[in-house]
Amino acid sequence: MSWHVHLPALVIAVPLLGAFIAPVASMLGKVARNFWLVGVSALTALLSVLLWQQVLTSGTAIYVMGAEAFNLSLPSGMSLPIRIILEVDAFSAFMAVVGSIAAFAGALFSTNYMERFSGLDKFAALYFLLTTGMLGMVLTGDLFNFFVFLEIASVASFGLVAFWRDRPEAIEASFKYMVVSTIGAMMILIAIAFLYGRYNAVSMAAVANALRLGYAEKIALVFLIIALAMKCGTVPMHMWTPDAYTEAPAGVTCLLIAVSQASLYGLFRVCFSIYGASLGSAVVPWTIIILGVLSMFIGVSMAVVQKEIKRLMAYHSVSQIGYMLLGLGVGLLALSDPQAMADYGFTAMKGGIYHLINYTMYKGLLFLTAGALYYAAGSRNLNDLGGLARTMPYTTFMFVIAAAAIAGLPPFNGFVSKLLIYESTFAVYPILSIMALVTSVLTLASFVKVFQTAFLGPAKAKLAQVKEVPPGMLLGMSVLTIVIIGLTLFPTWSLSNLVEPAAKALVNQAGYISAVIGGGL
Amino acid sequence: MYSLSVIVRTICDVFAWFLAVFGVYVIIHGHLTPGGGFQGGAVVATLFAFLLVAYGGKKFIPFYKSSLFSWFETVGLLLFIGTGLVGLGTTFFYNFLAGQGGLFGSTVPIGPNSGVLNSSGTIALMNMAVGVEVIGGLSLILYYMFKGIRLYEESGSEETGHDR
Amino acid sequence: MIGNLPYLVVGIIFLLGLYAVLFEKNLIKIAIGVSLIEASANLLLIVLGYRTGGSIPVFTLAGKVGKMVLPVPQALTLTAIVIGLATSALMLSLIMMLYKHYGTLDVREIRRLRG
Repeated sequence: MSWHVHLPALVIAVPLLGAFIAPVASMLGKVARNFWLVGVSALTALLSVLLWQQVLTSGTAIYVMGAEAFNLSLPSGMSLPIRIILEVDAFSAFMAVVGSIAAFAGALFSTNYMERFSGLDKFAALYFLLTTGMLGMVLTGDLFNFFVFLEIASVASFGLVAFWRDRPEAIEASFKYMVVSTIGAMMILIAIAFLYGRYNAVSMAAVANALRLGYAEKIALVFLIIALAMKCGTVPMHMWTPDAYTEAPAGVTCLLIAVSQASLYGLFRVCFSIYGASLGSAVVPWTIIILGVLSMFIGVSMAVVQKEIKRLMAYHSVSQIGYMLLGLGVGLLALSDPQAMADYGFTAMKGGIYHLINYTMYKGLLFLTAGALYYAAGSRNLNDLGGLARTMPYTTFMFVIAAAAIAGLPPFNGFVSKLLIYESTFAVYPILSIMALVTSVLTLASFVKVFQTAFLGPAKAKLAQVKEVPPGMLLGMSVLTIVIIGLTLFPTWSLSNLVEPAAKALVNQAGYISAVIGGGL
Repeated sequence: MYSLSVIVRTICDVFAWFLAVFGVYVIIHGHLTPGGGFQGGAVVATLFAFLLVAYGGKKFIPFYKSSLFSWFETVGLLLFIGTGLVGLGTTFFYNFLAGQGGLFGSTVPIGPNSGVLNSSGTIALMNMAVGVEVIGGLSLILYYMFKGIRLYEESGSEETGHDR
Repeated sequence: MIGNLPYLVVGIIFLLGLYAVLFEKNLIKIAIGVSLIEASANLLLIVLGYRTGGSIPVFTLAGKVGKMVLPVPQALTLTAIVIGLATSALMLSLIMMLYKHYGTLDVREIRRLRG
């Protein structure tokens, strides 16, 4: 038995250990703390990549916590898993890789970005807790554990959003986020209670195996969809998103993006793997599609009028979430019909999942560049910025790459995923892909505005002393830039190796169940 | 907050310490009786709330060593995750002490009995770790909430981001 | 019918909490509403695990009875209570800081972030 079987647990345990040792490491000084912050994040990313490789080669990984063997369920041979299990299929592992890369970039960025503030031992501990929560959400195979990790991530992010505690706006944003998110989490708990009351199990696979759609299940589904859509910031429940993303320190915002993706993961895990084909009617898929279209359009139209750079980007992230909901919603629509699945459903899912990694990377990078502007120029208001391209060439370069990717300009990775979404949604309803195209154009317009006002034009007298940001921040941004360029240069490789296994794993409900129930365990 | 009357303070002196003893009892018997690390730790942290209410902030804040309780928190958490990681030879959080004899290693006889304190393996150990952590954490919460929002007095400057 | 009464109570508590969060203007009352929602979720879990006439689910203390109440929802509830404590403590701290910054607890006046 090689140590590889422990990878699912290690991916969660390493950042957790990092969080608990962070106060001790901070006592040894600034260098030790920064080294710890970056080192543990790098190790987590490395372990996630290893886990992803292992899942691709040897199938869904199961890990039973605290048992005599990593794949034991019950001593009596009964196949219902009563212990806490981690179930990692290709989609989970994909999400873990995406999230941990974003966490690594944010940690690298934060070393220089946060250096003149106090309380950084707590910052490091909360940062790792947030990473743990995010990774736990995507790796767990247990509904209640999902709730616990969601709450770990939420509580850590409340603290991090309010990190600049002498800023009234930060506290206000954190409070708003907290009320919304706590109610959402409690709705998830109530939904889990409904499912537990029906099936006496909290394991996702066991619930999925026994699920027959009745009233209790429908109520649970409504609660889960409302709460998880709220957590990932789709339109009717998006009001916390701009505030929290704007007021959090930039490195944290980069990680918050990944956490919202973990909520999105939860939404699709519930829809595809737990409910799956028994959703039957088209109500749920169309709800998700309509939520997605509304998010796209309202998000981008709110973004165009913003003056503050991070707030503008936060509204764009509402709009980008819409693309993923649209792609995966179309996939859900085609789930029970093999012909439709082959025609357009699978393409839409590939587009949605590919957009997910693209979005996390370029949106994280955009927030980091916004943080760099804030660090260097001391303002986030577009009216105060101007002519920074001369003094901050590297930041400008990375901003251009990220902006081109989010706007979906042809050679970049954003274009590939958006194209997949356009062509598949066109088959369902042409108006959907027209909406998506309009959103894309508006996104381009809004980022041209940012580029033009902040980086081009005459240099402002107030910004004469502005220098390029320190190397730690540049490194953090360049990690994400390299990933974006890699995805841009090798779209075929990433589609067939990264995205397709994840999409297949998401569609394959029977595989998800049988990995735990019967045979596998 | 001002200190309360001499009656309250005397009663606090005499009885509040039993709270600590009861809390530690709940922590140690966590694997036998209802309760456990969190509940016991919360009971012990109530002791600090009593002291704070009875004696007022002027006496309590010099008495309470916040760095000591931060250490409580860190040590508890490290003990917890350390116990989990030691089990990694088999699986994460594996109960490697149960049924081995030695520390927390006795087995419990079948049927109704009053329980064996020296049983249950790492569960007892983790209860204690959580108990230590919760004592530290909850009393720190009390302390900081009482001190209010004067953190910037410690750090020396207002922290409002990179605004200029 | 009487067996369903606890579920009715859960629903009422949940709606009361939701009402408090949505319509109350005072931050402390909003915090109370959030706590009420947490309480209703915990109560739902406990009610789900209850079996009429069941005994305490501790192996050595149960005595010779046929039925025990389910231990798993109780464990889930304990976890949820701990999380709820962390959330409440943080929420009250944030309210304290909001009061320091804005000098009021009225949500209508705490709105520097808009649009």
